[in-house]
Amino acid sequence: MKLLADRRRHPMALVALLLVGLLLTGGAYALFTQTSSAKADTASASDIEEGKKLFAANCATCHGMNAEGSKAGPGLIGVGAAAVDFQVGTGRMPLQANGPQARVKEPQFDEEQTAQLAAYVASLGPGPAVPEDEYLDASKGDPAAGGGLFRTNCAMCHNVVGSGGALTRGKYAPNLAEVSEKHLYEAMQTGPQNMPIFNDANLTPDDKRDVIAYVKEVSDNPSPGGFKLGSLGPVAEGLFIWFFGLAAVIGLTVWLSSRSK
Amino acid sequence: MTSKEHSGGGSQLEELNGFTNPGLPEHTPRLADTDPRAEKVAERQVAGWFILSMIGTIWFIVAYFLFTPGESMQSIRLHNMFVGLGAAVAMFSIGFGAVLWAKNLMSDHEGIDERHDIGGSEEDQAVALEILHQAKEESGIARRPLLRNTLIAALAIAPLPAVLVFRDLGPLPGDKLFNTLWQKGTRLIRDPGGIPSMDSERPIKADEVTIGSAYHVLPSGIGDHEASDHPINEKAKAAVLLMRIDPKELKEDPDRKDWSHDGIVAYSKICTHVGCPVALYEHQTHHLLCPCHQSTFDVTEHCKVIFGPAKRPLPQLPITVDSEGYLVAQSDFPEPVGPTFWEINHP
Repeated sequence: MKLLADRRRHPMALVALLLVGLLLTGGAYALFTQTSSAKADTASASDIEEGKKLFAANCATCHGMNAEGSKAGPGLIGVGAAAVDFQVGTGRMPLQANGPQARVKEPQFDEEQTAQLAAYVASLGPGPAVPEDEYLDASKGDPAAGGGLFRTNCAMCHNVVGSGGALTRGKYAPNLAEVSEKHLYEAMQTGPQNMPIFNDANLTPDDKRDVIAYVKEVSDNPSPGGFKLGSLGPVAEGLFIWFFGLAAVIGLTVWLSSRSK
Repeated sequence: MTSKEHSGGGSQLEELNGFTNPGLPEHTPRLADTDPRAEKVAERQVAGWFILSMIGTIWFIVAYFLFTPGESMQSIRLHNMFVGLGAAVAMFSIGFGAVLWAKNLMSDHEGIDERHDIGGSEEDQAVALEILHQAKEESGIARRPLLRNTLIAALAIAPLPAVLVFRDLGPLPGDKLFNTLWQKGTRLIRDPGGIPSMDSERPIKADEVTIGSAYHVLPSGIGDHEASDHPINEKAKAAVLLMRIDPKELKEDPDRKDWSHDGIVAYSKICTHVGCPVALYEHQTHHLLCPCHQSTFDVTEHCKVIFGPAKRPLPQLPITVDSEGYLVAQSDFPEPVGPTFWEINHP
């Protein structure tokens, strides 16, 4: 200790002190960033490797060997795991036929393979991750607040209770009643196909949970007014009354004016 | 052909265009008229419907108390269904029974009611004419043109006060059709559904609008009751859809180049056809579809109409960013929003 005390006024003492301080903070920073990145990146290297093989075999024809995109399909660098989980998990991808819009079908990959594909695409560039369970629990959301957000942001295409509707040139907004909470969240987050993106600045994760709560509330509850006729509004209701209502009126009129035997 | 010829009742059949007037079909008595048993059955049928109606009414009352609507949608559904069934059965059965009664039991005598001639008899016409002549002579309307003309003039201007009265039904729109709440420096805030209060406004930063995003936007201050008397009316004019498109895809006019910010464009949400909210945005084709009549606008080309009945592109809101990075309007819409009216003479 005497040695240190003696030299504390040495001209090099300040430099040495600075050096020690810088090394310490730098080391701590590196330590912390390493732990946080390791946390976010739950996918293992083998998942990414498996995902890469699946990608090369099933997706690369259209999206390119390195997911850089081609004339047949968009590049996937930076779309994130959420987009892959949505597109592959709902069976929309791999695409079976060209058309105005990819259709929902039986998923071609199981959950593990979907996760591997998602891990590979997520490793190509930063993008939205698969949402945490906390934000998928409809029971924690506020369906009334979600209803307001839904009517402002979603109802014009998806119908006021999420029954879906037509868009331009053969495209359509799908019915939301059967869509899982996770896929609802991922669709808002990533804007699949022609749906606009609702990022966290526009609809916060809490807002998205409210929207999910609203969709689940209206699709799980029975309609107090009787048959919903698909909740499609005037088209379905008009068709019903034209066919069955008018037929009943005509039938009664014929019976009223017929002669009794 | 007069009504007399037509209603011959089968007595004087004559040939018409080669066809013989077949007259009325022969009257066949009903079963209930000839067979007392059938009559009894028909009577019981009608009474049965009326009793069914009573059952419906009683069921309504019972169901009203049996299925009281509770908290759940299911209980409301049951209440509506059973109460509704009771009311339907009660009303329908009365009507159905009454028709059966009329068809099967009331007298089915077939008679012919002759139509009256439309014109009056010659004596009546002469009397009417005489009254008119007498009135003309006694009032002197033909001899006193001054009275006649002043009377006509008085009657002609009598409805004029109605113009003033109807004018009081409401103020003229003034310049309300040309102005919205947007003005230079107004921040773009998120539309939360409804009207946001002043302290819950969420303004939008330019870097929050990523490519492919669509924001539903209102002008800041719409909840301020001093600035906007009727916030809902103001919202109906000022609603805006904000989108960000890759600037390479935008085909902008040279003189409107500075109306967007780095690919962020803002357009009025009110359709130029009949004013529905146009908000069905497809972020890959950049089509903006109106749900009412399928007018389709191309966002990359200043929302020009590419399909449907709209005649005019959606008005664009010129935007920029302020010193804090928030999106603000450069001015109000340069043209009136919403359905086209006669003040606008765009080619």
